[in-house]
Amino acid sequence: MPGVTEAGVINGVVIDDGFAEAFPMAGTALQITAVNEKWALEAARAMTGFATSVIACGCEGGIDRMLSPEETRDGRPGVRVLFFGFDAGGLEKQVTTRLGQCVLTSPTSACYADLGGEKQIDLGSAIRYFADGWQISKKFEGRHFWRMPVMEGEFLCEAKTGITTDGVGGGNLLLMARSTAQALAASEAAIAAMRKVPDVIMPFPGGIVRSGSKVGGKYKGMMASTNDAYCPTLKGVTASQLGPEIGSVLEIVIDGLTAGAVADAMRVGIKAVTDLGPAEGALRIGAGNYGGNLGPHHFHLKDLLP
Amino acid sequence: MTGMTFLKTQEPEERLDLSALVPARLKGLSSAEIARIAIGTSRRGVVVGDVFAVSGDDPSVLRFAGGSPRFDRIGEAMAGGEITVEGDAGARLGRMLKAGRITVTGSAGMHAGSAMEGGVLRIGGDAGDFLGGPLAGETMGLKGGTIVVGGRAGERAGDRMRRGVICVAGEAGDGLGSRMIAGTIVVGRRAAGTPGRMMKRGTLILCGGAERFAPTFVDNGPADILILKVMASAFAQGEVGEVPFDGAPMRRLGGDTAVLGLGEIFLPL
Repeated sequence: MPGVTEAGVINGVVIDDGFAEAFPMAGTALQITAVNEKWALEAARAMTGFATSVIACGCEGGIDRMLSPEETRDGRPGVRVLFFGFDAGGLEKQVTTRLGQCVLTSPTSACYADLGGEKQIDLGSAIRYFADGWQISKKFEGRHFWRMPVMEGEFLCEAKTGITTDGVGGGNLLLMARSTAQALAASEAAIAAMRKVPDVIMPFPGGIVRSGSKVGGKYKGMMASTNDAYCPTLKGVTASQLGPEIGSVLEIVIDGLTAGAVADAMRVGIKAVTDLGPAEGALRIGAGNYGGNLGPHHFHLKDLLP
Repeated sequence: MTGMTFLKTQEPEERLDLSALVPARLKGLSSAEIARIAIGTSRRGVVVGDVFAVSGDDPSVLRFAGGSPRFDRIGEAMAGGEITVEGDAGARLGRMLKAGRITVTGSAGMHAGSAMEGGVLRIGGDAGDFLGGPLAGETMGLKGGTIVVGGRAGERAGDRMRRGVICVAGEAGDGLGSRMIAGTIVVGRRAAGTPGRMMKRGTLILCGGAERFAPTFVDNGPADILILKVMASAFAQGEVGEVPFDGAPMRRLGGDTAVLGLGEIFLPL
C-alpha cells in the first residue's frame, strides 16, 4: 500500500494515519410529526429521499432520530430530519420544495422548526400560497405558523426555521475488508452506533456508500468519478491504496450541525468497527481527503481512536 | 428591595396622567426631580410628590404601592422594564406598550393595552371597554404582545386588533373582536352580544360560548385541527398561562362574511 502509514491497530483492525477532509455547509433541523410513528416516518423518508450528495441532489438530508410525543411541538410522534446545502439560498430552495411535495402531501403531517438561530430560511412562508388565499397566519408566544386548508383537514407548518452556517459536510470513514459481506457487516455495525449520535446524518442509502468518488474524471464535465484508488478490481492497474488482502471497500459519509458532532460520530463508528474485529468485519479503516487543501475541517483518525 | 416604589399617600382628587412614569423617562432623575414631575390633568398642578412617596433608585422596575381607577396612562409607550400596580389602574393602561411587562393586581379602565405593539399586560381583575382597541380615529387596535385578564372584559375587546393575543378568563362584553383584522382572542366564559362582527381575519376561541352570532357567520362543523393543540400547549408554557381549551376538536364558525370572511370562531362541541 504505497504512501499509507498506520495510526494504530486495535483488536486486529488497522487504522490509517489519515484524515477525512470536510467542508462548511449550511444546515437546518426540522420536526415532522404525524398521527403516528408510521406516518411521521413516511413523510420524513419522502422528504429526505434523493438527498445523498449535494452535488447532484442539491442538498444532503437524512433522519437524525425519532422524537417522542413529549419532544414535539404538537405532542404527537415525530421525526427529526437534518438538511445541508452549500449555502442558505440553496438549502432553502431544496427544503421548501421537499416540504411542499413530500410533507404537505403526507396524511396528518405537520412540520416545525427544530433549530434556533438568528439566520432563518422559509418553511411554511414559502409554500403558503398553495392555500390559494385561504392560508391563515398565526403568531403567538414568539412563534409564527401558517395554517393551510387541505382536503384532509389543515396542514400546520412553522413559518421559518433557523439555520447554522457552522454545519460540516463530508466527514467519512472508509471500511476495507476481505469481502463485500465483511465490509457490509462492519459498515452496518458502524451505522448502528453512529445513529445514536445527535445532530448528524449519514445521507447515503442505509448510511453507506458503495461507490465513493474522487474529484473530476477523465471525461469532460464530470464533477466526480469512481475512486479508482480504492476499487479492489483495479489493484495493479491504478495507483491503488489497497493491499492484496482487501476485496471490498464501503464508505460512510457524515454530515453534522457542528464539527464536534461529526467527530463524535466518526469516533463511535471506529469503535464499533474495531469492536467487531477483522474476522467478521473490516481489516482496515481509512478516510478520504483531497490532500488537505480544499476543506477546512480535517478529522484525523489518530485523534478519534477509541 | 430593588426597583423604584411609588407609595400612594392619598387618593387623588382628579384623574392623573402617569404616562411620564415609565423607566426610560425616569432614568437618571433624582428623587426630587421625580417628585416634581407634573401628573395632574386640571389647573391644580398636581405633581408626583403630592400623591406618592417615591423610594428606590432603579427605575427599570417600578412599583405602584396602591392603585386607583384615577391612575390613567400607566406604562404608556413603555419600551422595556417592568411596572407593577398593587390595586386598580385607570384608563389607557399600557397603551402603545412596545416591550416589557405591566401587571395590575386589580382592575383596569377603558382602552387598556390600546394599540399595544409588544410586551405583556396582565390584569388580575376586570378590564374596561375597548381592551386592546384603538382610540377614535385610529385604524388598528392591538398590534402585538399579550394581554391576560383574570376577570371579565368590557365591550368591544379586541376592536380592530391586528396581531397578538388577548386572553380573558371571565366573560366578555358585547362586541368582542369587532372589526378584528387578525390575532387571537380566548375567552373563558360566555361572550355577550354578537362576537366577531365585521372581523376580517383572526381567531376567537369562546370556551363559554356566546349569546348569539351574526347571521353572516357560517358553520364549518367540528374542527379537529392541530393549531388548537399547539396553541393551548404554547400558551400554557408561555406568557398566557393555562387556557380553558386543550386542543380537543371544537366547532368552527367562519366569518364575518359581511366583510372578508377569513376569520373564525371556535366553540366547544
